[in-house]
Order: sequence, then structure tokens, then C-alpha cells
Amino acid sequence: MASTFETVADIIADTCDIERDRITPESHAIKDLGIDSLDFLDVAFAIDKEFGIKMPLEQWTQEVNDGKVSTEEYFVLGNLCANIDKLVAAKPA
Amino acid sequence: MLLEYFQMIDRIESLDPVSGKIRTTCQVPTESPVFTGHFPGFPRLPGALMIETMAQTGGWLVLAKVGFSRMPFLTRVESAKMRRFVEPGEALTGEATLTHDGSGFAVIDGVISCGGQKVASAEIRYVVGPFPNDTIRAAMLSKARDIGFAEEFIHA
Repeated sequence: MASTFETVADIIADTCDIERDRITPESHAIKDLGIDSLDFLDVAFAIDKEFGIKMPLEQWTQEVNDGKVSTEEYFVLGNLCANIDKLVAAKPA
Repeated sequence: MLLEYFQMIDRIESLDPVSGKIRTTCQVPTESPVFTGHFPGFPRLPGALMIETMAQTGGWLVLAKVGFSRMPFLTRVESAKMRRFVEPGEALTGEATLTHDGSGFAVIDGVISCGGQKVASAEIRYVVGPFPNDTIRAAMLSKARDIGFAEEFIHA
């Protein structure tokens, strides 16, 4: 079974037309990979479907805008995948 | 429909934000400046306006889903098919099903039919964000009431 990172990296490569080899757990989706907000919505849609979750993008954006967390918390892929894992674990059985 | 004003929806026939479904009616006018160019001597509803009709049908569904607290804006059209010509004077039915209610975005499957025959279909995505200003929000609320939006779905 593919890891969360492998699945997310495949989604990003496919959705944003980025070479798969460029995508690492340390990649920042915006700063390193250049994913814009519209493409990130497509990535979010694909992640939501794949994992059966609803990523709280609006809440995350608000937290960043309020200065409560850095963008790295949600946009560095290793961190993003950890947050996805938490959402999956919190799903009702 | 007032094509030149992008007023595509005449009436909300049914709306259920809980199950994520809406049905609208759209009467294609017999005359419109749009038909002058599309096409000379062969007036037909442009495919771009069929997409707009599906986008507006789904847009009203999303507005109901969020209680007019935010507004959907078209961002992506996928798998659009225009299956046949639509002539002036034809009565269309628009239908949309909410397939994904994301955080800050929404996805619908849209269909236009005429006389029970599917005319066009597409998957349509929106970013759902704050109204740009009070004027557009007031206009949307007014239009909603004009086309038969049930008051229970308007939380002004």
C-alpha cells in the first residue's frame, strides 16, 4: 500500500504537471514547486477524494494569515501528509 | 433567459441543499442579439452559454448550501459535452448535483436537458469565497427571490 506521501506526490505530479522526481517530503508546495492557489484547490479535491476527508483549507489559511502558524506547517509536503494522516485517523469508523 | 445579460436561469423548480440537488428552468428566447453572430442565418445557443447555464444552476445550489454567506466563482470546467444544437424558443431544464463540498471550493455535476433529452453535461468546479462587496450580495439575494428561491434557504 502506497504511503500518504507517495499518494500525495503522485496527485501533485498528475494535477500540476510537475516531474515526480522533483517532489520530496521537504518540498514546499508553493515556494519550491510553484503550485498556485487554483492548482492547489485541484490537489485538495483529489486528496479529499482519495482519502475520504475534507481538508480544512479555510481554517488552515486563516491560521497562517493570523500568524498562528507558518506556511511550512501546511505546505511542506511532509507536514501536509502528517496533517492528512491526522484527518484520516479522526474519521468516524 | 436574457442571454446578453448572462441571465440564464428563469426559475428554481426544486432545490434541496441537504441532498445537494437542484433543478432549474431556462427558456431560450426566440430573439437575442447573441443569435445575430451565432450564427448568421443559423441561430443556435452558444456552447459557452450552455456551460454558463450549468454553472449558474450549480452556483445557486452552492449559494443555498452556504446560506448566501459566500459566493461561488467558476474556476474549472471538466468533461464538457455539447450533445446537440439548441434552437431559439426551446425550453431547457438545468440540473446539478453537488459531488464534493470542499473547504473553500465545491464541485458539481451539471446537465442541461430538453424534452427529456440530454443536451449538455459537465463537471464544474468553483472557488467559494467572500462576496466581493455588498452590492453583488444584495443583487444575488434579489435575483434569488425573483427566480423562486425558497426563503428558508436565504439567510440574509
